[in-house]
Amino acid sequence: MMEITEGSHAIAEAVRLCRPQVISAYPITPQTHIVEALADFVANGQLDAEYITVENELSALSACVGASAAGSRTYSATTSQGLMLMAEVCFNAAGMRLPIIMSIANRAMGAPLSIWNDQQDSIALRDSGWLQFYAEDNQEATDLHLLAYKVAEDHAIQLPAFVCFDGFILSHTYEPVDMLTQQDVDKYLPKFNPSERLDAADPISFGMYATPEYYLEFRYEMDQAQKRAKDVIAKAGKEFGAMFGRDYSALIEGYRLEDADTAIVAMGSICGTVKDAIDEMRADGKKVGLLKIRVFRPFPSEEIAKMLSHVKRVAVLDKNISLGAKGATVMEVRDALYGSTIPVKGYVLGLGGRDVRKRNIKEIVELTEKGPEDMFYGLRKELI
Amino acid sequence: MRELRIHGRGGQGSVTAAELIAVAAFEGGVFSQAFPAFGVERRGAPVQAFVRFDDKKIRLRSQVYEPNYIIVQDSTLIKDVNVFMGVRKGGIVIVNTEKKPDYTVPEGVKLITIDATTIALKAIGLPITNTSLMGAFAAATGEIQFSALEKALNHRFPKELAAKNIAAAKVAFDIVKGAA
Repeated sequence: MMEITEGSHAIAEAVRLCRPQVISAYPITPQTHIVEALADFVANGQLDAEYITVENELSALSACVGASAAGSRTYSATTSQGLMLMAEVCFNAAGMRLPIIMSIANRAMGAPLSIWNDQQDSIALRDSGWLQFYAEDNQEATDLHLLAYKVAEDHAIQLPAFVCFDGFILSHTYEPVDMLTQQDVDKYLPKFNPSERLDAADPISFGMYATPEYYLEFRYEMDQAQKRAKDVIAKAGKEFGAMFGRDYSALIEGYRLEDADTAIVAMGSICGTVKDAIDEMRADGKKVGLLKIRVFRPFPSEEIAKMLSHVKRVAVLDKNISLGAKGATVMEVRDALYGSTIPVKGYVLGLGGRDVRKRNIKEIVELTEKGPEDMFYGLRKELI
Repeated sequence: MRELRIHGRGGQGSVTAAELIAVAAFEGGVFSQAFPAFGVERRGAPVQAFVRFDDKKIRLRSQVYEPNYIIVQDSTLIKDVNVFMGVRKGGIVIVNTEKKPDYTVPEGVKLITIDATTIALKAIGLPITNTSLMGAFAAATGEIQFSALEKALNHRFPKELAAKNIAAAKVAFDIVKGAA
């Protein structure tokens, strides 16, 4: 049923319906509303889960690791500095092949301190082995939690996943969301049944050390699982579409891209603004389209190369920067297009909550027509 | 698409007003979106909240720069903040004040003043003006039905508190309707 509610509330509700057995989290803006709502659900009996309160994020994710290894469906949520405090545990969770799902209300990294949105936090952990989903609106942010559990827990994958949505821009926005029912979710998402679990009667260990004779193969297996996730997402996303009418089988989506001269590549809530700008540019006769990335890990290189094969130029928007190099997405897109002659121009923009308007997107299209040099977009020259 | 910008001070319920207006609008069958100007909330500091209304799904995520409607919860903000910035021609500005305006709104924009503080003090017993201004907004713009606003308030607040706020909203609604 369509309901108008806050993004955080819709997400907490979706998580509740996924029946996590153990939740451990630590509050941090702008994620806090989610874990507060889940704490209420547990306290008032709407969710039968162990809610472990902890002293910080390192402990929160560590508790999830233990619980997941013991065979429980687990959940956490964080952002920014909180995620960095979890970084060590993130690598461990992936290496132990524990399908923990974590909501990331994307926020900039300090210093300088910023509570506002960009995607630097989750991008900084792109190499940790977690699957990474990015939502355009609160409907996607809600639905992707179900999809994430389904894919992460698949025996062919068994990797943890981030469900990322822009902090404040989505988390604190009221908008209509189709809220699923327990019956729907139970039908879609089977009980967690890991291939291995801690069992006192049949003892095994998770995360033991691997000597140089073994380590490389562990990493290879994780990489293979990431790559297999493409097919598993396709299947689980299609099943989601058949049940609920919203098909998430594709890792990327095109918007008015079929006949576009200029393609904009973007990820997250900015895609909505880009779509509105594209409609206005199209009305003026400008052939512009969007390629939206919904799954950043595994990275859909081949899919992107195919979808962009006909365009004359590409503008990639990055709400992150690998300092000393480029935005993370433009590097990946260039790699995907290696061997083609399509010029690709990268824009780092919207960092630390700098608002991005339709007029900015239009200007970016004009700049892209002029040349392919990467740039920070919207710099206030007087401050430099 | 129509857009509303609410100016207030931290603690006056500007964000709550935006949320409840969006809820009431959705109840009336339009797509709506409400969000705050993201900042560090402090009591008394100037704050903003936004609402969008459209007959189709709203995708735009930027802040509101050229609103059709503006609500000013505290007229002392007018000298500190350019509250009328970007307002569209044909737009409506609602200011909470008991005074005659010593400021002008841009040409082609309708100014409605209402003493929401006195209304709130009488109906609620507190100078919380957001619900009165929601009533004035409903009457002035027609974007939301009073019945939908009533429903949203009943859903949000405990019974007694909701009743007081509905009473405040109704007084303001009737004043603005009567003046029209």
